[in-house]
Amino acid sequence: MFQDLLFYAFAGMTLLFGFLCVANPLSRSPVTSAMFLVLTIVSLAGLFILLHAFFLAAIQILVYAGAVMVLFLFVIMLLDLKEEERRKMRTFTIGTGALAVAAIAGILIRAVVAAKPLATGPLVTGDTKPLGKLLFTQYLLPFEVMSLLLLVGMIGVILLSKKEVK
Amino acid sequence: MTPGLNHYLVVSALLFCLGLFGVLARRNLLVIYMSLELMLNAANLALVAFSRFNANLNGQVMVFFIITVAAAEVAVGLALIVALYRKRRTAHVEDLTSLRF
Repeated sequence: MFQDLLFYAFAGMTLLFGFLCVANPLSRSPVTSAMFLVLTIVSLAGLFILLHAFFLAAIQILVYAGAVMVLFLFVIMLLDLKEEERRKMRTFTIGTGALAVAAIAGILIRAVVAAKPLATGPLVTGDTKPLGKLLFTQYLLPFEVMSLLLLVGMIGVILLSKKEVK
Repeated sequence: MTPGLNHYLVVSALLFCLGLFGVLARRNLLVIYMSLELMLNAANLALVAFSRFNANLNGQVMVFFIITVAAAEVAVGLALIVALYRKRRTAHVEDLTSLRF
């Protein structure tokens, strides 16, 4: 019973903070958006814990709320986007965007509702141990490729952000 | 009502739509990037929910990979935005229309 309440609390928080991140009526500053994105991510980690994906919840907070958001804030501070806040959002853009998104939301939710409920089998728990075992046996090659991808990304970032020497 | 797979999927769909709306409506490159992250997170939530209710850990491994790729993508994308800002002094998509037909 308590877990059900927690689900509704975390789901509501996720959607509310997500909305405030994307379309905050009070502030259009990117810093506010970034802060609400952090809150969204933390609430999502709560949902992950409710789904017994403990390892992923930890990773979510460490990687997203930690590393990625620090990077975002760093770049926001670096760019100094003060003058961007003053521009008005055009109602036409908002209207058409909302229409398209509402249509897609309708399709997705109808698909979810129309689907037959799954036969409830045994539920899985995403502890570190089984996940790590899977990662280092069945998914060893993708895992190694992923480390290569991170290396390539790192080199690319260094190349991109280096001052051009003439 | 005990939340089942459907509840999580509805939350995931709504979160995805919020992210999509951000990409369509906002005009700041950085906020568009954050909305993209929101969409990736929605997909992650759907994968974890499927993984939990199908008793199959493969979905969670997928989420692990998605998080890794997203981290790399954010690093490269933000570096691109900084490089762009250095050249054009703006991070506003309406000022970046030189590729527009």
